[in-house]
Amino acid sequence: METITSLAYLLAAVLFIFGLKRLSSPKTARQGNLLAMTGMLIAIVVTLLDQSILDFTYIIIGLVIGGAIGLIAARMVEMTQMPQMVALFNGFGGVASALVAFSEYSAKSTMALGQENVIWLELFPANVSVTLVLSLLIGTVTFTGSLIAFAKLQGIMRGAPVTFPGQQWVNALILIVALGLGGFFVFDPTLMNFLMAIIVLAAILGVFSVIPIGGADMPVVISLLNSYSGLAAAATGFVLSNNMLIIAGALVGASGLILTNIMCKAMNRSLTNVLFAAVGTEGGSGTISAEERKNVTEYSAEDAAMVLDSAQSIIIVPGYGLAVAQAQHVLQELAEMFIDSGKSVRYAIHPVAGRMPGHMNVLLAEANVPYDILVEMDAINDDFQNTDVVLVIGANDVINPAARTDKDSPLYGMPILNVDKARSVMIIKRSLSPGFAGVDNRLFYDSKTMMLFGDAKKMVTELVREAKEL
Amino acid sequence: MNEVLMVSLYVFVLAIFVGFEVITKVPPLLHTPLMSGSNAISGITIVGALLSAGAGNAQLAKILGLLAVIAATINVVGGFLVTDRMLEMFKKDKDKK
Repeated sequence: METITSLAYLLAAVLFIFGLKRLSSPKTARQGNLLAMTGMLIAIVVTLLDQSILDFTYIIIGLVIGGAIGLIAARMVEMTQMPQMVALFNGFGGVASALVAFSEYSAKSTMALGQENVIWLELFPANVSVTLVLSLLIGTVTFTGSLIAFAKLQGIMRGAPVTFPGQQWVNALILIVALGLGGFFVFDPTLMNFLMAIIVLAAILGVFSVIPIGGADMPVVISLLNSYSGLAAAATGFVLSNNMLIIAGALVGASGLILTNIMCKAMNRSLTNVLFAAVGTEGGSGTISAEERKNVTEYSAEDAAMVLDSAQSIIIVPGYGLAVAQAQHVLQELAEMFIDSGKSVRYAIHPVAGRMPGHMNVLLAEANVPYDILVEMDAINDDFQNTDVVLVIGANDVINPAARTDKDSPLYGMPILNVDKARSVMIIKRSLSPGFAGVDNRLFYDSKTMMLFGDAKKMVTELVREAKEL
Repeated sequence: MNEVLMVSLYVFVLAIFVGFEVITKVPPLLHTPLMSGSNAISGITIVGALLSAGAGNAQLAKILGLLAVIAATINVVGGFLVTDRMLEMFKKDKDKK
């Protein structure tokens, strides 16, 4: 039986890898997710057949409650709320790993109660106790950190960084103390109080390390917490000597790290800078002279529709403001009208457009935008110079040319969409106010830029109406 | 160092490399589903949770196990379903009409 169990676990691990591999193309992605799901189902069924399971009461209660919550959450969640949901789920993954580790300790320690220290050390050899401490630590940090990230994204908590003097030192100290307590525990596994203290410290550490991170940096944090939830699962795998847990955890850990890295690059920031610099505080820098500011060219929807109508090639640059205004659907209506009249219409997607990696693509896919006209930054950046009109909606920092030229700008070095290279630019915006980074955008005052002031949804709806009348 | 740990360590390191190889090939288009999908995979802890909740341990261990089963099941069920919901929306031009 044990051999069969092990082979089934191996099969599950293989299915996870194949599942992730199929995610490399939108054609096979759905099938890939089904493969991973099958792997999970196999792992669960095989575990339930395990002879060591004597009592199914708690298992059934747990599966029913958890399954119902998961089902409802997956059905109800709005696509704009995906970052919060993933943050919350990361937290559940983390806390589950920590709970399993602690339960394992609790079960074994009951057996050893009142026994000599030697017996304890036999039950908890160094490799088990070390990974037990790691699992509790990473799992709990993931849990409380994710809850804070969730609260910030959901708007329960203000998105602005919360800082206090010496924060980084306090965090470092907490980590060192927790690891030190873990060290003592490895030599004396009877010290259950130490484990409790580690959990409390880890909980505080999770909170303290996420509160100083600003709302705009959340994509990085969610990716990192995603990675942690995988590492916590892997650590639990070490505690239980279960290689499948280790493989699955390592895959997720690697995935989270890759995404973290991509997000950092897209913002031209180092991970240390994101985690410790508390970027996102109020206050901006105005490097543009009043003289230059006067040259704003304002267009009405009617004129803009005419300009768009005479264009041959159009690139749409959507930002998160588009999703906030719920204008995706009407925008796609506009895009389809132009496609039907024979124009080339594509969407240019910056990696940080949205609140998590790839978020904008999901929001547009929901609005029925076919994925073959969603083009990522590197693939479309050279095409801007041959484009008649670029229509920018709700994006700002990712099109700011200062990132290329102005060494003093906080945006300097960040990869941007080459919107300024296009023949003409049309920007829909509420006002001339700067974006997240608090930096003014010279492109607004450029002679080839047409500004359309107003709410994104209202403005696009007007464009559709005007374009229909033409 | 015992042998079991050593093997596990090998498995862990090699799996990280596999993870890097496979996941670098996922296009930015699908990064959100990748995240929610891999999140569901990290719910694999459910295996450990089931054993803790059902193995006839002491009461405290069982209750911790129950909580772990709930959390991990939310993660697994919610994660896979929402990923499927998202991936269903990704369609090519000609499939739509």
